[in-house]
Amino acid sequence: MTRVFDHVIAVIAGRGPANRIVPPSGATVWPTVLAAGAMAFLAVFALSVALATDRLADRWADSLAHSATVRVTVAPDQADQAVDSVLRILAQTPGIAEARALDQQEISQLLAPWLGAELPLEDLPLPRLIEIRETDAGFDAESLRLRLSAEVPGAELDDHARWRRPLVLAAGRIRALGMVSLGLIVAAMAAMVTLAARAALAANRQVIEVLRLVGARDAYIARAFVRRFTHRAGTGALVGTLVGMSAIALLPGPAQEGAGFLSGLGFRGAEWLLPLVIPVVAAIVAFAATRAAARGALREVQ
Amino acid sequence: MMNSPRSPDDRSVIAFSDVTHGYGGSPLLHGVSVRIAPGSFHFLTGPSGAGKTTLLKLCYRDLVPQQGSVSVFGQETAQMDRDAVALLRRRVGVVHQDCRFLDHLTIDENVALPVTVSGRHIDPAELGELLAWVGLSRRAGALPAELSGGERQRAALARAVITAPEILIADEPTGNLDWDMSLRLLTLLVELNRMGKTILIATHDLNLIRAAKTQVSARVLRIANRRVELAGADL
Ligand SMILES: Nc1ncnc2c1ncn2[C@@H]1O[C@H](COP(=O)(O)OP(=O)(O)OP(=O)(O)O)[C@@H](O)[C@H]1O
Ligand SMILES: [Mg+2]
Repeated sequence: MTRVFDHVIAVIAGRGPANRIVPPSGATVWPTVLAAGAMAFLAVFALSVALATDRLADRWADSLAHSATVRVTVAPDQADQAVDSVLRILAQTPGIAEARALDQQEISQLLAPWLGAELPLEDLPLPRLIEIRETDAGFDAESLRLRLSAEVPGAELDDHARWRRPLVLAAGRIRALGMVSLGLIVAAMAAMVTLAARAALAANRQVIEVLRLVGARDAYIARAFVRRFTHRAGTGALVGTLVGMSAIALLPGPAQEGAGFLSGLGFRGAEWLLPLVIPVVAAIVAFAATRAAARGALREVQ
Repeated sequence: MMNSPRSPDDRSVIAFSDVTHGYGGSPLLHGVSVRIAPGSFHFLTGPSGAGKTTLLKLCYRDLVPQQGSVSVFGQETAQMDRDAVALLRRRVGVVHQDCRFLDHLTIDENVALPVTVSGRHIDPAELGELLAWVGLSRRAGALPAELSGGERQRAALARAVITAPEILIADEPTGNLDWDMSLRLLTLLVELNRMGKTILIATHDLNLIRAAKTQVSARVLRIANRRVELAGADL
């Protein structure tokens, strides 16, 4: 493990003796750098989409948590009975996790910002409120509304927040897609580096043979290639990441009203540090891919 | 002595034991047993295609024998892992028949290569001395492609000895040289032998062997009928 660590340090610091030992393999430089840069650019967007949908889903899910209320507006002496009927109906309705009547004090607290705390609410004919928390599957709002109007006149279902339910599901899927995209980008980068490294190793077969003949260990020869491709992929990915971050920074900010989801597509605060992980991941992927390719190629030389 | 893995070959740096090797078809070498004592000077002769290069390759583990065993420094080559092979090649200097340089490196870089790949730094003064010893001081910055055949072979010799190996193997080292240059190279090899190195040289050149015998007690191995025999003094 410490050998691998030394290896990584040597690569990052640009140290290591094998620099000139392997001839510069010009043909593989630009494809590698360009592909790493493009992948990193895409990764920045995939990351920002994943983060933005994450935030959005959180916000929407919050408002969904108390997604519906039933308002019972009847004469005060019939109120308790009506609330009981509603609760009974709700208990029978599939898709409702919990239904709870708010007590007088909670209703007062809800109204206080509008009416002032000192108002003697007990004297006012306030509607009674029943809060509904639904299950993940949700309930059928239409049939509940019909049943309430038939059985408890004065009970009214308010499900204004429920329209967001499909959006929350969609947001979760988009976030998952973002994650899958990131995974695919990493896999594509690994495949691309493997191909480029294999091409370089095959082109330098004679060099590798001579190096083995004069007593080079496999690790030494592998290092020459690993350094090269780690450096290229890391550099390309760094440039791609910075360009991607700049593009995101130039998007219209959340100040613009009505931009909705699109305005949420940036990074917020410390999130700006997250894309900087991309070049590091690219370098690690290139390191591992080249090492594996070099091990394979070296096995064919005595 | 009982459990010592080196017991049969204690006094030899290279030991072939009943080695059979070939490349498909009938083997080139059959049931060959040879011992090379430390500090000895051997020539290896035989007609072209007899298997001289093959036998040398078995010594530095470029090849593993199909049957029998080859031990170098008491270690059986077939048992070595890849790092052990690398270390073996630092103790056995080889002048290859086709030299085998890295074409993109200059001559001094090529000569220093065995030291470079072992992770050490080469002392420039030492490298300069070595290049002077083979008469290549003025060609140090040239690329291999710019050298004559003889210059390449001297550069290959310099590269073979730069790690101060205990064994020096040379495959037709005078193949491209005129007689004067051949004698100069022979002198270098004899010098190395006097320093205690074990020398093994494949050559066709009987004149070279005769010249060597006036300077050191060289023995001649000959490949004939798929076997290796010690040639008499009647060359
Ligand atoms: N890698 C190989 N694959 C197949 N045949 C080979 C291989 N290497 C050598 N041979 C054959 O084995 C035979 C012996 O080759 P080798 O190079 O050992 O001969 P040599 O005695 O060194 O010849 P020369 O004096 O011409 O250098 C030759 O017929 C050669 O064609
Ligand atoms: Mg030969």
